[in-house]
Formats: sequence, structure tokens, C-alpha cells
Amino acid sequence: MSEKHLSGFPLSLDGPDRPMVSFRKVTKSYGSLTVLDSLDLDVAEGEMVTIIGPSGSGKTTVLRMLMTLESINGGVIYVDGEPLTHMPKGDHLVPANSRHVRQIRSKIGMCFQQFNLFPHMTALENCMEGPVHVLGMSKKDARERAEDLLAMVGMADKRDQHPSRLSGGQQQRVAIARALAMRPKVMLFDEVTSALDPEVIGEVTNVIRKLVSEYNLTMLMVTHQMGFAKDISDRICFFYGGKIEEQGSPDQLFSNPQKERTQQFLSAVKEAM
Amino acid sequence: MSYFEFLSQYGDRIISGTLVTIVLTVLAALLAMAIALAAGLMRMAPNALVRGVAVVYIEIFRGTSLLVQLYWIFFVLPLFGISLEKFTAGFVAVGMNLGAYGAELVRGAILSVPKGQWEASLALNMSPAKRMVRVILPQALLIMLPSWGNLLIELLKGTALVALIAVADLMFQVKQINGTTFLSAETFGTALVIYYIIARFMITPFMRWLERVMQRKLGRA
Ligand SMILES: Nc1ncnc2c1ncn2[C@@H]1O[C@H](COP(=O)(O)OP(=O)(O)OP(=O)(O)O)[C@@H](O)[C@H]1O
Ligand SMILES: [Mg+2]
Repeated sequence: MSEKHLSGFPLSLDGPDRPMVSFRKVTKSYGSLTVLDSLDLDVAEGEMVTIIGPSGSGKTTVLRMLMTLESINGGVIYVDGEPLTHMPKGDHLVPANSRHVRQIRSKIGMCFQQFNLFPHMTALENCMEGPVHVLGMSKKDARERAEDLLAMVGMADKRDQHPSRLSGGQQQRVAIARALAMRPKVMLFDEVTSALDPEVIGEVTNVIRKLVSEYNLTMLMVTHQMGFAKDISDRICFFYGGKIEEQGSPDQLFSNPQKERTQQFLSAVKEAM
Repeated sequence: MSYFEFLSQYGDRIISGTLVTIVLTVLAALLAMAIALAAGLMRMAPNALVRGVAVVYIEIFRGTSLLVQLYWIFFVLPLFGISLEKFTAGFVAVGMNLGAYGAELVRGAILSVPKGQWEASLALNMSPAKRMVRVILPQALLIMLPSWGNLLIELLKGTALVALIAVADLMFQVKQINGTTFLSAETFGTALVIYYIIARFMITPFMRWLERVMQRKLGRA
């Protein structure tokens, strides 16, 4: 970030309708390649927003910036009212230090396309790792929580297996349980079914459906499963070239897209299916 | 003198030398591992000074001969007020030298742990230290074990140099025996076989066993 002090951005977001996640003029570039260009995106508490768009349009980058896996080059991201990428100093925002980032990051959880389970731990140990070693919970409490979550994702009977003994769908369900064990307020899913065989995609999407109906989580999802996205999302954002080209309710966007690029993308996707 | 008579006459000294060599190897190996871990991690530290110290260490100990390092530690350091007893000087020199090679193994193994593992630990909000200890190092360990097997055999061979500062290891004993008997084929032949046995039938199987244990921990067996 070139300027050290940032003005024109609020120190925090207040009020009853403040969004759970807010991107404000967020810019990301790799060298001369601008991947996201002054992105504005709000996600309300409990909302399920799905990002769709062609390859390279910046979908993953949005999630990775929110998870703090990527730095940002401009703008501010707020989570639960507080800046994530920055912190208040006097009446300005300055780049956040690692302590501040860790504090805000604790509200976010993420599941990856490649699951990324810890191979040297069993399913249960994977789910206990964060609670015990990050949150400082007792092993007993963490175990209880992990067992409940593994049962919720239908993996109770495999809890003592290492990831190498689990199918992709099973690994992804454990990964969801592992992320939930940290009790995040926001969950991010980046193409969590893309690495799966078609016949097991359902076991993972069913878990996500359950999260939507039974948990008050705010969720941001990137997927190529258009039917699934249509079913469960409150809102769909169509990304094109690092910008939100069009957004709206699933009905609106899928049945009556306004922009030509959206129409093209959706018809191309339909053909592929 | 038959080989049998040779053994019955000098067997005790050969065995005592062999034991010294084994103890030297174990101590030097422990030191090398500790140094390798420390220098390997320092080599990747965010702080440039810390990184610099590790780079200089690794460069010096890999770039110069073990024998010169041994002489330095035994003959030159006392001039600066640091006197080590010859046995200590022996395993410290070997350990420090092989530790520098090991540091690169540690670094390479850490870097080859898949990126997704680093990202998943960050997504769980682990501190960098926790991430290293709980997630990265256990996996790096398995990656580098086979290379450590080779390094430990190098280390065993390296210990033979300590005979030159009169540590009574296997090499020292057979040289002494040769000096009085001139039975060089018997003496050095025996040494050759013993070094080979330690490498091939002690170190290698031990490392294989360790690998299997680690693999089982990873659920891969
Ligand atoms: N580390 C990086 N270095 C350079 N360029 C990168 C890097 N990561 C991503 N990019 C570029 O940023 C752009 C957006 O990438 P991103 O991964 O967000 O796309 P995406 O919409 O998720 O695509 P896909 O559907 O293929 O996953 C792409 O042009 C990509 O090449
Ligand atoms: Mg992507």
C-alpha cells in the first residue's frame, strides 16, 4: 500500500444493518495485471452469496483476500464491522499488524478445492487441532465439539481414519467440520466440489445445504454448480474481468440476465452441462 | 599370524575403537540434527540478520573441509580461550559440519510441504510457530528422512577423521595396530568391514524403521 494513512474510509461500520463482510474499493494486482478493480461488495449477516464467472475473473482472489491469504493493493475489507486489512490509529486507518489480523481472521473459516486436510492427523484430530491449539480449548471439550460436527457431516464412523483413507467427498466433509469447529461467523467455499467425482458431489452439497438451513452463517461461495447455486443462494454475483458485471437473486440472474456477458456466460455453461 | 590369531590378539582394541566410533556417530548425529533444524529454520526467518547468520554458517561449514574445521576447533579455538577435550572437539566438528548439510535438507523439506497445508493452517488462524511445529515439520520430517539416511552414513565416515586428533576411535585403533604389526591388509580390511556393517546393517535399517513409523503416523502404511 503506497499511502500509509487512509482517509475516506470509516474506522468501523456501525448500525443494525451493517454488513457482515464489506469490500470497499478493493483493488488487487499482480505486477501490472489488475485482478480486481475497485471492488465493492457487501454480504449481510446470514446471507449466502455465490460468485460465478469465467476462469480468471477473480473469484478465488476475492475469497483469498478475505481469508488474508492474499494482501490487497487498495481499499479496505471490513468483517463484522471492523476493518480486517487495516486498523484504526487516531482518526485514520493504517495497515493492520499481524495481531489485529489474527483477531479479525478468527471470524472467518475457509474450505478449499483440494481439501487440504492435515495428512498426519485423523479426521477427529484434524477437527480438534484448531480448537485445542488455537482457541486453547480443553481436549475433552474440543473432542466433543469435533465429534458433534463430524456426526453433522455424516463422518462420525470415519473419525479415526487418516485423510489418505478417505474419499474426496469424505475429506471435503471433514474439512467443512474442521472449519466449523472454529465457530467462524463467515464461511468461504472455493469450488469445494470441483475436485470430486460427480457421484460424490451430492454428499458435499448436502452438507452445505444443511449449513444454510440450520446455521446462521454468512457464506461466500465460488462454484461452477449452477443448479446448486441457484437452489441455495440468496444472491448471485457474476464476475467478469475483476468486476461484478451483474448481481441479483438467483431467479433474476439465471432466468432474466440483463447484461450480454452474463447471458453469454450462462448459455455457455448450459451447453457444457 | 593367522587372521584368527590377529583378531584374538587385537579384538579388544578393535571393539573398543568401534564403540567409540558408534558413540561419536550418535552424538555427532544428535548435534547435527539440532543444528540442521535451527539453521534450516533460521535460513527461512523473516528477519534478514537471522537469515544472514544461518547463510554464513552453512556456507562456511559446507564450503570448507571437515578436516580443517576439526583442526580449527581442536587447535585454534584454544588460542581464543575455548578449549575442548579431544573427544568433544571430534563430535562437535563432525556434528557442525554435517549440520550445515542437514540445514539445507530441512529447508528443502519444509519448502516442499504443499502450499495448501500452509494455507489451511492460516485459515485455522494458527500462529506461525504453531503452524511450523504442528503442521509443517511433521510432514517435512517424512520428506527428508531418506536424505538423512544418506547424510548419517556420510557422518559416520566423517568420524574417521577424528583419529587425526588422537581420539581413540576405530580408525585410530587400527592405525596403531598397523603401526606395530604392519598387517595393513588385516587391520584396514577389518576397519572397512566394520564401517560397512555399521552403515549398512545399523544406520540404514534404523532409518527404514523410522520411516515406516512415521508413515504409519501419516496413515500411509
Ligand atoms: N499468485 C499469482 N500471481 C500472478 N497472477 C495471479 C496469481 N494468482 C492469481 N493470478 C491471476 O489473477 C487472475 C484471477 O485469478 P483467480 O484465481 O481469482 O480466478 P478465478 O476466477 O478463481 O478463476 P478459476 O475459475 O479458474 O478458478 C487470473 O488472471 C490469474 O492468472
Ligand atoms: Mg478459482
